[in-house]
Amino acid sequence: MADTKIAAYICRGCGLGERLSTGQLAKIAEKEGKAAIVREHDFLCSEAGVQLIRDDIEKQGATHVAIAACSRRAKTEAFHFPTVAVSRANLREGVIWCQPDTDAAREATQEMADDYVRMACDELKRMKVPAGNPDAARLRRLLVVGGGVSGMTAALEASKAGYAVTIVEKSGALGGWAAKLWKRTPAHEPFREPADTGVAALVAAVEADPNITVRLASVIARTSGAPGRFSVDIAAESGATATEAFGAIVQATGFTPYDAAKLPELGFGRSPNVVDQAGLEALARAAAAKGGPIRRPSDGGEVKTVVFVQCAGQRDDSGRHLPYCSGHCCATSIKQAMYFKDANPAVDTVVLYTDLRVPGNGEDFYRSGQSKGVVFSKGQVSAVEPSGDACTVRFRDLILDEDTAIENADLVVLATGQVPNAGVDIDQVPQDEPGQWRPDSRSVLNLAYRQGKDLPLLRHGFSDSHFICFPYETRRTGIYTAGPVRRPMDIAQAVEDATGAALKAIQAIENAAAGRAAHPRSGDLSFPIVRLEGCTQCKRCTVECPFGAIDEDEKRYPVFNESRCRRCGTCMGACPVRVIAFENYSVDTVGAQLKAVEIPDEFAEKPRILVLACENDAYPALDMAGMQRRVYSAFVRVIPVRCLGSVNTIWISDALNRGYDGVMLMGCKHGDDYQCHFVKGSELANYRMSKIDDTLKQMALETERVASYEVAITDIERLPRLIDEYAAKIGEIGLSPLKGFG
Amino acid sequence: MPGDAGMGDMADLNERALAKYRNDFLREVEERVDEGHWVKMCMQCGVCAGSCPFGPHWEHSPPKIFLMIRAGKREAVLTSDSMWMCTSCYNCVVRCPRKLPITTIMHGLATYAQRLGLAPKVQPTRDFSIIFWENFTRTGRANEMRLMLRLWFKEGFAAGVKKALSMRDLGLAMLRTKRMSPLEILGGHGVKDVKGFQAMIRKAKEIEDRRRGLSG
Amino acid sequence: MAKKEYAFYPGCTSHYRGSASNYLVSVESMCKTLDVKLTEIPDWNCCGASVSYAGSGELARHVINARNFALAERDLPGQDIVATCAACWLNARETKEQLGASAQLLADTNEALKEAGLQYRGESEVRHMVEVLIEDFGYEALGEKVVKPLEGVKFAGYVGCQTNRPFGIAGESFENPMYLDRLVETMGGEALTKYEQKVTCCGGALAVSEPEKSQKQIKDIVESAYDHGADMIVTPCPLCQANVEIYQADVNRKYGTKFNMPVTYYSQLMTVAYGGSAKEAALDGQIIRATKLEEIAAKPAKK
Repeated sequence: MADTKIAAYICRGCGLGERLSTGQLAKIAEKEGKAAIVREHDFLCSEAGVQLIRDDIEKQGATHVAIAACSRRAKTEAFHFPTVAVSRANLREGVIWCQPDTDAAREATQEMADDYVRMACDELKRMKVPAGNPDAARLRRLLVVGGGVSGMTAALEASKAGYAVTIVEKSGALGGWAAKLWKRTPAHEPFREPADTGVAALVAAVEADPNITVRLASVIARTSGAPGRFSVDIAAESGATATEAFGAIVQATGFTPYDAAKLPELGFGRSPNVVDQAGLEALARAAAAKGGPIRRPSDGGEVKTVVFVQCAGQRDDSGRHLPYCSGHCCATSIKQAMYFKDANPAVDTVVLYTDLRVPGNGEDFYRSGQSKGVVFSKGQVSAVEPSGDACTVRFRDLILDEDTAIENADLVVLATGQVPNAGVDIDQVPQDEPGQWRPDSRSVLNLAYRQGKDLPLLRHGFSDSHFICFPYETRRTGIYTAGPVRRPMDIAQAVEDATGAALKAIQAIENAAAGRAAHPRSGDLSFPIVRLEGCTQCKRCTVECPFGAIDEDEKRYPVFNESRCRRCGTCMGACPVRVIAFENYSVDTVGAQLKAVEIPDEFAEKPRILVLACENDAYPALDMAGMQRRVYSAFVRVIPVRCLGSVNTIWISDALNRGYDGVMLMGCKHGDDYQCHFVKGSELANYRMSKIDDTLKQMALETERVASYEVAITDIERLPRLIDEYAAKIGEIGLSPLKGFG
Repeated sequence: MPGDAGMGDMADLNERALAKYRNDFLREVEERVDEGHWVKMCMQCGVCAGSCPFGPHWEHSPPKIFLMIRAGKREAVLTSDSMWMCTSCYNCVVRCPRKLPITTIMHGLATYAQRLGLAPKVQPTRDFSIIFWENFTRTGRANEMRLMLRLWFKEGFAAGVKKALSMRDLGLAMLRTKRMSPLEILGGHGVKDVKGFQAMIRKAKEIEDRRRGLSG
Repeated sequence: MAKKEYAFYPGCTSHYRGSASNYLVSVESMCKTLDVKLTEIPDWNCCGASVSYAGSGELARHVINARNFALAERDLPGQDIVATCAACWLNARETKEQLGASAQLLADTNEALKEAGLQYRGESEVRHMVEVLIEDFGYEALGEKVVKPLEGVKFAGYVGCQTNRPFGIAGESFENPMYLDRLVETMGGEALTKYEQKVTCCGGALAVSEPEKSQKQIKDIVESAYDHGADMIVTPCPLCQANVEIYQADVNRKYGTKFNMPVTYYSQLMTVAYGGSAKEAALDGQIIRATKLEEIAAKPAKK
């Protein structure tokens, strides 16, 4: 600590000077915070104020800077001093803006500010300036797995941005499913006619691009490393294997149509005249090759009536088939009905649907189908009964509410859904022990990661991604999914998806090269540092890391891969022996803050409530509550955390031992429709806190003294209410009996 | 003029329509009903049904009728009482997300059903509609007095007298406020060129029948 | 302001001693104040109203409406046609739109019109009297003529259907048109802008053929006016006026209500506000007397 020189700055702007005794704050910074330099300023974020700080750093040798002014979320550019450790005491949003400007409130308001200054100074003492990732590497080369429309689009987009690409395609040709279509649904104005698939042009562009290498009939045998330095074994059907290095990976492995053989009640397999949508595309291509109309498969007879059965084996709530909607199938059926109507308007085409869903500009296409005389009937099909060369389609007419049938259908087309090609479900298969890793032929990526060979899935076999905020991100940093492997989609959506994924992959390469975190802590240079000599090989960090960033060596010690890390601190929260820390965020930095708070004795009738608030949603929501001047209890002391997943239970027991009367944990929503920026952090925190009751009982404390909340960034009105309700509850159960012992 | 086609002609028209269109009622509607080509564009959202002031009185709401047309339920549609429930308020038209001229289509279906002799026999709006058409095409202008009397007496003299008596307060009030004139019974107002007026209507019907394949 | 001239299409109900003769009288009084000259289209005919479809397909109905246009074009060239009746306006406008959109319909129409020695050229516009007031005068100019503001009178502005849908007055919403309320306010009256039955259907022609169903509508329309504290209802449509006024006695019999709500035309309250007498406003044409308007008409003018 010899080279630590703390400088503390107390801002008097934005009303701070009128509402608070800044002189008292300065005294606290100096006496208790041990700040060598303490300055008050009327307008700290002004050019002059910032220059003052800069001068202290450059000329006075300040190494640690405590800024007691506004929230750490405000004035980030002005207070950006990358060469020193910086802490912020939130006196504006967190104190004067959330407390009433009354004489009665004056004392409690000042106490809040006093504590935040103490906390900022004590936090600082435990902080270091992050040195950056020593393991940074930059390979400006992208691996795209899958040579369909999504994969080719991602490759072309990355190439255009100046990155070399290798496409690995399992089959013998580029094109994927789209190459098997006769036409595609239109992607351009006026969205009326089926359009050329565009696959040939895409393939030609890929083949002509000197930046793109295509490896057909090849699969991934092994993927190891991290963003910026992935090492990938590419195994060709011929048996040859090549090892190549990539900076990032886009997985665009597409989908397989749901197996229509599982739908015998809809006639599939019982008559060649019942086909799925892929089957109809094949018929259309065959007919076009011959230059004639689509004929009835059973006898080559003329097709006069075609029935399209929507939601065949999907949107199923019986549990037997796909529960979800595949999104593209209604428009696909409209397109296929047009194959017939455009060739011969006298052909009857009936689409039986329960809800017609045509996302994007599909509405115009739907109208076009109606204009061409495609008949749409709202009906639930119960059976398709083949008899000779005809089929009877029985259905419940949902408008007329009656059972009815279409007789003599020459062709019945089942709109089955998309099943993602996502490899193995790593939660369902056992993992190889360290040192025993073997490739799995069912796997797409064959990741040599401790947590499994493929990307974690969310629901229905689609890969997990943060749907609301970061749709392309998977739970493996530097690996992005695009197209129907991510969620069901059509060609137009897949193209957009692939473009987005390619750009995210490029971003990952550049971040890795600079040793920086990817989202959501973009730019963060800190990374977890483990004190291996204290490690008990408990494996909690390797198991719980939401991003599979930590491998194990053969002695079961954790091996951190910094570039795979998102810097959430979930490992730090998990570690029972607390040997994991970031240079600027650790068990100590938070512990020091909560210990810095002055706990009034039991006779003062002033409870203290510790709030550990997620910096992504809860903390901004509290700031916004302040901006709206929403008042909440002055008894709380808020510490932002990177994620509730980073909360180590030692903080809770330390706080309670010191005499805090309650602890509120505010994190994001967890579960399948999670909002957690680190996917699993809030869920793990919730799990850990479910075990805290035992600890409380051991300490002879009421279970209410620790409370967890799911909070969204929009909870601006709700949060102050939650705080006040909790403060009232503490009032009811009384002050902590542990005051004065800490 | 109103009795252009007798019952025999109507049955004949219907037989010929059945033979011509067989099961393709949608095409029949598209070719022969006012604005019938819009029927296929309905997307079954039901906004029209929910917007109709007489909605509860329609056995088949407009989207149902459109669906029945597509499903080839010819007789059920043409004999339906529902289209005659339209008050011409146009609420469905302005709310339809597909901009179907529903009011006109409903009128057109009623016209066509009437033309083929399939419209319900006991239907007060149908009766009123026929009487109104005859009333104003006689002189070129509607004659309210004669219209009322025709309506009251359409079910016979006794019923008419009873109806007239029940309405006498209103009648007296209308007379008192000079909003009704008994003199109108004696011919009343009308256009001068009645002959030309009627000739042009005859011609219009002839052209339309030709266009729609309804000529004899 | 120079005298404005229009070809006038009064419609079948508005003639002398027709059911809307009070509308006609008050429109004439109002136009006098506004220096508007209305010249009746010579030999105009019925528009077919809303309920004549059992007698013919759309072509005949377009032809009869085209005849009125043809007459106006021939005899009153250059003048916009003004209709006071909602159905007359709607049907004429519908014909004008359809003939403008289809060359075949236009040709067929003219082939039929030839039988009457006429031709439709599509030169005249058809407008509702309300459009003339709002667009050719504007609320401000209309307000300048007020000499007896209708102070203290609460009006439920009942716009109804056909002046509002499917065409409506430009710039107004179908669900909540405001022009009638603004006209009321321009005349110094109090507009009950929250009146929620503003665009409810009165049953239209079906008030005759389906009286019970229609009277349910009329009950809602009148009841809501009472709920909002209206002194009277005001409307731009002759069928709305007739239905809502004359069936109140039937509604009272059926539902046990005691409705006695006057139903007036905008032209009547404008005539009174412009200083016209009760007779000029045709208030003697009300079956349910609009006493508050009569009182104002009897008072001397303020300016």
